[in-house]
Amino acid sequence: MADTAIRAAERTAQVTRDEVTPDVIGGQQPAPAGRLATLEAPQGGCTAGARRDAMQRLVQMGLPKPRDEYWRYTDPKLFNADAPAPIEIDDRDPQMFSTMNRVKLVFVDGAFDADASDPLELAGVTIETLEQADAQPGHWVAGVYGTLEAAGQKPVARPFAALNSATARQGLVIRVTGEAPKPVHIIHLRRDPAADAVLHHVLKLDEGADLTLLETGMSGARTNDVIEVDLAPRARLHHVASVRGNPDRVGLRHMFGRVDEEASLKSFILSLNGSQMRHETVIDIVGDDAVAHVAGAVLGDGAAGPFHHDDTIFITHGAERGESRQVYKKVLKNGAVGVFQGKILVKPGAQKTDGYQISQALLLDEDSQFLAKPELEIYADDVKCSHGSTTGALDPVALYYLRSRGVPKERAVVMLVLSFVADALAEVEDDELRAEISDRLELWLNRHAVSAPKTGGAA
Amino acid sequence: MLEVTNLQVKLEEEDKQILKGVTLTIPAGEVHAIMGPNGSGKSTLSYVLSGRDGYEVTEGGATLDGADILDMEPEERAAAGLFLAFQYPVEIPGVGNMTFLRTAVNAQRKARGEEELSSGDFLRLVREKAKALDIDAEMLKRPVNVGFSGGEKKRNEILQMAMLEPRMCIMDETDSGLDVDAMRLVADGVNALRSPDRSFLVITHYQRLLDHIRPDVVHIMSDGRIVRTGGPELALEVEQNGYGDLLSEEGA
Repeated sequence: MADTAIRAAERTAQVTRDEVTPDVIGGQQPAPAGRLATLEAPQGGCTAGARRDAMQRLVQMGLPKPRDEYWRYTDPKLFNADAPAPIEIDDRDPQMFSTMNRVKLVFVDGAFDADASDPLELAGVTIETLEQADAQPGHWVAGVYGTLEAAGQKPVARPFAALNSATARQGLVIRVTGEAPKPVHIIHLRRDPAADAVLHHVLKLDEGADLTLLETGMSGARTNDVIEVDLAPRARLHHVASVRGNPDRVGLRHMFGRVDEEASLKSFILSLNGSQMRHETVIDIVGDDAVAHVAGAVLGDGAAGPFHHDDTIFITHGAERGESRQVYKKVLKNGAVGVFQGKILVKPGAQKTDGYQISQALLLDEDSQFLAKPELEIYADDVKCSHGSTTGALDPVALYYLRSRGVPKERAVVMLVLSFVADALAEVEDDELRAEISDRLELWLNRHAVSAPKTGGAA
Repeated sequence: MLEVTNLQVKLEEEDKQILKGVTLTIPAGEVHAIMGPNGSGKSTLSYVLSGRDGYEVTEGGATLDGADILDMEPEERAAAGLFLAFQYPVEIPGVGNMTFLRTAVNAQRKARGEEELSSGDFLRLVREKAKALDIDAEMLKRPVNVGFSGGEKKRNEILQMAMLEPRMCIMDETDSGLDVDAMRLVADGVNALRSPDRSFLVITHYQRLLDHIRPDVVHIMSDGRIVRTGGPELALEVEQNGYGDLLSEEGA
């Protein structure tokens, strides 16, 4: 019985609560019994131990409260709720990357749909569902599942990720041993207006392996996604996602990465709409000469309902000559709110680290706002780290320049917004992928060009 | 073609009168130059005519081919045939020069009810015009004006002018920041565009540019007014004696 296991975990938690390490920020409150008591975790399987540990972490940490340091700008209420409010569903399914040669893996409301997906076959890559992997005793996933998430809980608590590890039934388990000949594309579809999707993917790239992972679409009224990425020396992961929300959708995602020597993790996320979205990215650089680039472009229009988007990034340099970049651009209108909390931590001995962070918001009206908290914490003396954050409006001179050439105002605004997000898009190395992202962005901008409060629609 | 009548303009944000009654007629096919000391209102005149924000017309008006342009949006003025070559062309990172040009050309064609140029036709046209201005393919691919030298930016302005084929071209200190060779290129570009149904208003501090772009009429502007109008010899007079003598002569 699931309930029994959880209660057991809670009892253990009470015994060990006093032992919680004091360097965990925001993790000391007693857990609100309500939601946690109703959680159901899968039993048995090779990940059972990891799930028990995750549940224990969760109960120790408790769900976040608005006063927790990392939840000051984003109210956790909607994520804490027992169930999401149902959303309105339109029948538009994602079209991005559909002309590319790729392995298509379809999830409907967070559940894998084998019939709609391509066969799970790709040279140099083993793809399994979490369920399949879980059922195999001694599967390698047991050594990764939940471990990167657990490591990412210090020094900042991320309770929803622990909740995910404890309860996720769905997800993909991908092992890459060579250079994948084509991208793996995860497509999310939604059919159930009240779906509360919990997905947990595990990616393990062996030495020198190379994979491009694409993600598009949206699932459910509320999502809680975790991706754990373990990169062996010289492995390379290119992750490109376009996350779309209904105006009333609530979404939470975490990426936990571990990057070994000379490996490279590059992730770009385009986010459109969604009433409350939070993306947390936690990357540990553990080997020398490793690279971690994370970037995001966010377009938010509060016309159809509240828009709140939070990017919370934590990159730890624990080895020499690591290079990290955080490039985030948010375009906000009609009362939309953007949040950026980005940190670079350079541990003692991580000499010659090159860390870069930029977060910028373009506010298209006076009702929108951007809240930024850039942080650097450096314990090595021979490093190069820089950060910057800006908030501004459209440049009136540039707008005049374009219009004076005959470009209509609405179109000129679109061009200037594209110009603003260009730096984030440039983080997508592949020309074809970048062009599709750019087209998607432009389509959204054109649809939202004349939106005003309470009249606009979703893209 | 361009008819400016007693144009009086103040800054929107402060109570400062910049133009104090400018009257100017530029017939089709003519090249007029406006010279004048710093702060005389030359650039303001070009901004007000092309529709930049921040100015308030308190009196007078301006028409292009009889149509009141001051009521139009900047893009409507452009579609009506007005073009301003900027003194400081704006850099737009992330937007390709080619995309920008094509958007502008087709937006104007659309506004005038003409068919948009196909990408093939556009490409042919832009290559041909770019070649004459010594603008290479690399410059066309780069983001608008980003990393361009002063001369490249000005040549890019003339390329836009050549592509858009406006009826009324205003050039705001296009010679500033140009070396002799670049100035010749720019002037050649402008001269190639001279035609009986196209007019130019060339704003400049120096007579030098006017050696290359020969004006039909020269106006001297001072303190928000046109204080003298004459032939090309007026520019030479400025070059030799400066504005001081000329203005005191006028009692301005």
